[in-house]
Amino acid sequence: MNQFDAGLKKGNFITSECKYCAKIVWPPSDYCDNCFNGVTWRKVSLYGKIIEWSKKGNDIFCISEFEDTIRIIGKLDIKNKTLGSGKLVKLSKCSVNGKCKFFFTLME
Amino acid sequence: MNKVAVVGYGNTKFTKNELPIETLLLESTKQLFDTTKNLSQDLIDGVIVSTNDNSKYLGAILSELAGIKPKISHTVEHLCSSGTNAVISGFSYIASGLADTVLITGADKIDNPGQILKWDKSRGEFNHPIYWASMFTKAHKRQFNTTDEELAVVSAKNHKQAIDNPNAYSHKPYTISEIMNSKNVTDDLRLLDCSYSCSGSSSILLTSEKTAKKFTDEPIWISGIGQKTNSASFTKNELTTLSSSIIAANYAYKMAKTTPQEIDTAEIHDAFSVCELMAVEDLSLTEKNTGASYVRNLFNTEDRKINPRGGLIGAGHPLGATGIAQIIEITQQLQNKAAKRQISDPKKGLVHNMSAAATSSTVLVLES
Repeated sequence: MNQFDAGLKKGNFITSECKYCAKIVWPPSDYCDNCFNGVTWRKVSLYGKIIEWSKKGNDIFCISEFEDTIRIIGKLDIKNKTLGSGKLVKLSKCSVNGKCKFFFTLME
Repeated sequence: MNKVAVVGYGNTKFTKNELPIETLLLESTKQLFDTTKNLSQDLIDGVIVSTNDNSKYLGAILSELAGIKPKISHTVEHLCSSGTNAVISGFSYIASGLADTVLITGADKIDNPGQILKWDKSRGEFNHPIYWASMFTKAHKRQFNTTDEELAVVSAKNHKQAIDNPNAYSHKPYTISEIMNSKNVTDDLRLLDCSYSCSGSSSILLTSEKTAKKFTDEPIWISGIGQKTNSASFTKNELTTLSSSIIAANYAYKMAKTTPQEIDTAEIHDAFSVCELMAVEDLSLTEKNTGASYVRNLFNTEDRKINPRGGLIGAGHPLGATGIAQIIEITQQLQNKAAKRQISDPKKGLVHNMSAAATSSTVLVLES
């Protein structure tokens, strides 16, 4: 199991970041895609913004962006708030069991 | 660099049938042999298979089943654009002189694994193509005020055109209203705005200029090739433009020393209706922000210029075969052999094939 999956299994959303040039390396990888130096692994900020969303049945799914770089698709709980692109979300849960799963909560 | 021509082809019908991949590969190859004059196994020195199937060694297996002992044989996998990328390999072998005549056969089964890119963890649990298509469609609606009706026109046109394609998966016409009222796959995607994975196989024979007339009096030349890969992961993508297609098209137009205005017919990768609206603009076949009106005008005037065989939506999408089937259609059009689908006297045609939400695209220019 790689570092990313191991983090997700513990409920931690982590990314690789270059030790040398400090670039966020996303999707996660063992080497920097800019300078090929090694990476460190760190937690990603839990707060991001909605880029786009749609709905299947009762489930809202959206692309959320974190730290202006990392985009992931997950399930969104809007808690009776009004949905819109650019709105703030919190990564409320992540997991891996065959598939990675991400869950967001609308904050505003 | 040697010139390279398409000089033969074979196609199966695209169906829901669950046939072994080897059976599919051999079927279109046999048709190619049946319909190409002077062709014998010893004249083929390259065999390339295009597929997403998990079976191994298919280049060698097809060679053996067809009685060919080629100098070069292998498989190409590049998701939905495997077919055109196999053709780029075959073209390169001939252009460089490494081979003279290359058979390229693409096939996939209805349950092929090429629809899901498991590596792309950024898609989370939403890794089926319907999810990126929903994001494309929603973003397109937001930016360009695109309506469900404008999307449905793409599907209505391509289903209608597929009726005259004997190999198409669908031969049923649908009204715009039927398409708009078809099942909601998501809130932004109707069932009839989607192409269908299916089983099918397509083959072409490429050869050099010095050999072309042995096999046909009407060789069709591959004059331009462009391929661009931006990424593999979907979430790095822009949502309202196919930027890899723009770049690939510019490469292809430049190599062919031509312009979009000179393209008489095009096979477009309409995996979903919104893709055709984006592609006709991004390939510069119409101005930006005019894709919907351009396609509606084609539909209203029964002009088959775009996706004359019915596109992926009408003809079906057996991934590894799709790009090759697109090339066969443009070849038939340029040879004036497209029967009821024939457009008037085309001289140049274009093939647009892309993978994984246009994270990569391939564009070919063909001419008579």
